[in-house]
Amino acid sequence: MTSATPALRLEGIVKTFPGVRALDGVSFSVLPGEVHALMGENGAGKSTLMKVLGGIYQPDEGKIIVSEQPVVMTSPLQAKSKGIVFIHQELSLAEELTVAENIYLGELPRKSFGRVDWPKLHEQTNRILETLKVGFDARTRVGDLSIANQQMVEIARALTVEAKAVIFDEPTASLTDAEKVVLFDVIDNLKAEGVGIIYISHRMEEIFRMTDRISVLRDGQYRGTLNTAETSEDEITQLMIGRKLDLSRNAVHHELGDVALEVRGLSCGKLFRDISFEVRKGEVVGFYGLVGAGRTEIAETLFGLREPSSGTILLNGEETVFHSPADAIAKGISLVPEDRKAQGLVLGMNCRDNMTLPQVDDLKAGPFVAEGAEIAIFDQYRDRLDIRTPGWKQLAGNLSGGNQQKIVIGKWLSMHPSVLIVDEPTRGIDVGSKSEIHNLIRDLASQGYAIIVISSEMPEVLHVSDRIVAMYSGEIIRTFTSEEVTEDNLIQAISGIRPEKAA
Amino acid sequence: MSDISSKAASHPGSSKDKSMKPFSLTGVGGFLAKQGILVAFAVFIIGFTIANQRFLDPDNIMGVVRSSAILGVMALGVTFVVISGNLDLSVGSMMSFATIVVLDLHDKLGPALAIPSMYAMVLCLGAFIGFLVGYLKLNSLIVTLGMLSAIHGLTLTYSGGKNMDIADKEGTWFSVFGQSTLLGIPVPILLFALVASVLGIVLAKTPFGRKVYAVGGNGTAATFSGIRRARVVFTCYLLSAFCVGTAGLIQASRSLGSQNTVGQGLELEVLAAVILGGASLLGGSGTIFKTVIGVLILGFIQNGLLLVGLQFYVQYVVTWIIIILAVWLDIAAKRGKLWSPFA
Repeated sequence: MTSATPALRLEGIVKTFPGVRALDGVSFSVLPGEVHALMGENGAGKSTLMKVLGGIYQPDEGKIIVSEQPVVMTSPLQAKSKGIVFIHQELSLAEELTVAENIYLGELPRKSFGRVDWPKLHEQTNRILETLKVGFDARTRVGDLSIANQQMVEIARALTVEAKAVIFDEPTASLTDAEKVVLFDVIDNLKAEGVGIIYISHRMEEIFRMTDRISVLRDGQYRGTLNTAETSEDEITQLMIGRKLDLSRNAVHHELGDVALEVRGLSCGKLFRDISFEVRKGEVVGFYGLVGAGRTEIAETLFGLREPSSGTILLNGEETVFHSPADAIAKGISLVPEDRKAQGLVLGMNCRDNMTLPQVDDLKAGPFVAEGAEIAIFDQYRDRLDIRTPGWKQLAGNLSGGNQQKIVIGKWLSMHPSVLIVDEPTRGIDVGSKSEIHNLIRDLASQGYAIIVISSEMPEVLHVSDRIVAMYSGEIIRTFTSEEVTEDNLIQAISGIRPEKAA
Repeated sequence: MSDISSKAASHPGSSKDKSMKPFSLTGVGGFLAKQGILVAFAVFIIGFTIANQRFLDPDNIMGVVRSSAILGVMALGVTFVVISGNLDLSVGSMMSFATIVVLDLHDKLGPALAIPSMYAMVLCLGAFIGFLVGYLKLNSLIVTLGMLSAIHGLTLTYSGGKNMDIADKEGTWFSVFGQSTLLGIPVPILLFALVASVLGIVLAKTPFGRKVYAVGGNGTAATFSGIRRARVVFTCYLLSAFCVGTAGLIQASRSLGSQNTVGQGLELEVLAAVILGGASLLGGSGTIFKTVIGVLILGFIQNGLLLVGLQFYVQYVVTWIIIILAVWLDIAAKRGKLWSPFA
């Protein structure tokens, strides 16, 4: 493999923005038939590098070489014509159009008078879909497909050209475990056909499962390439952040307080049924399950966004009904929502205003917002959570994912909630910030907060939780203590396999 | 296919994402796009001044500001609505309604009762729109476009299709709002300045103002932060209605008689002023100060066109061109280039 001509080679790419050297002499190459991971913390330069590859940015120095031919990329479309194709984390499909129309958008086969040649279009499309072994056909409306299948459409779109290198940017971010398997098969097929693959991800499991080599960026600099078979998580992490990470299971045990939240027989239509659990002060209860198992819906019900059809909620021993988020917040429930950008933050608003938003009515000097008090709150939580921002005036949209998440967490901590619900605490966040957020959650528990963590990542749930509630299809299958739980029995539970009733 | 470029353009931090591409806005072009409105304004001012010396005459300036006051007061309320992420196209016909009602009630109830009655009726209309848009979550464009004609119908019904005049135009104190001066400054300007100051402080300094930005910036995140979105939107429409009532009051007081259609078409001019000031139609940005600037720019340009000797009717076309230019430059500055032919 080492003797082959690289499918894609980057040589000494430099890109500077005013005040920032975003890429500082990055070189690496992807061989045909190789899956090459590109790793680095958020802000390390991965996105900038991809934008250079896609022709969005022109590098200040350096060369892009495709099959030994230096090329100048001017647009994603032109990059595609050179055989460099991107599969994005965020999908960009027209939901109302069919699969075939999406795949050939802008280049539909034509007959005379500009009429679309439908039979040809569908035939071409189905031929590509066959190679992907998907369970839908060219005429399916994209909006009717699951996220995973929509991603397949994106991949199919990439395959309409003869791809030399395909770049996957966090492809599994919104996939269930079963869907991931399908994606990995597709990547293996591409690999077998000799396509070079750049695989960007924060997820170690996937990196070890899928990739042949790993290149690491830090602060815009190329830090080295490792052979996946010969390296370890620790080594990669160290390259990425320049220090060692402690990801061992949480072993700290401290005294638990009273029951903060108790849920009895809570149901909400078809979304979830007969949910009962309790969370004590100082305890982290993890909710684990597949996407669609009803975990987020329970959180939304506890936050007053949905009305339960039956069941009771007791907050600090008192029966409560939440009519709206405002009501739930007033009673002491806080929710760090799963989609930080869409639900957690007003991206065009500064950090301070975002952080104090839920309590802006209470922070008053006369009729006005007490900005001094706001800044004090912001400073307090910036220091406590180690939020890295030039200052409170910075727009939330300009921060990295990890720092954005800390703003959202700070927003709710400053409300001193009885129960803190965190939905997907580290989705799309780099490894360094990830462990910081995990430590933070543990730390908050030891300070006496009652915390619910919803996560689709098993290591995360195992790491932060004192107890784990396994859900499947709207029901609780089993609740594990941290002593009982193993990866095996947890996976069985979220697949709907109930524990054998001991006779 | 060019999803990367559109994503980069819509990214809030994309000011630094300047790529060296054809039509990119660097150097002079970039400056023009970012300060486009002010630059265009300066060009107009210089041009008008050369064409007609009277343009910069203090009397003329005062005149422009005074005649902008009615439009301006309305624009203040609409600024709230636009920042909250909605539109209000009903303000023109609502202003006609306010004017006709207050003139009619002036003779029936006397001015002291006519004014609060008019405000009450206009606020009811605002509350109705606010209910439909805020609580029922109907699309504000459809609701207020519908109200534009519905309120016009209401006005015609109320007045029986006739023009409205005050019987005794000499003997009423009602004319103070439109015709008097205080310390040499026309009262309409003072009212405009007063309402602008109060609403400017409300928007910039109070919890309510903060919530307006949050709701317009990201309504979902606002809900998830416990903000009662419907209530905020509702209040914005109430404020808009209050401003329209004030504009109607000035209009009625200035002329002491009015046609049914006095406010016709103002909704677009108001919107033009708000956008010229730099508020985004997507919500979440804009300030009262910027809107005041937008109002003045629009007023001076229209006045300049008259002084240059163009027909009054030309204004309509020019106003449209200004709106298009403002929106274009706004978008161009955001995406970093004047046009993207391939997107």
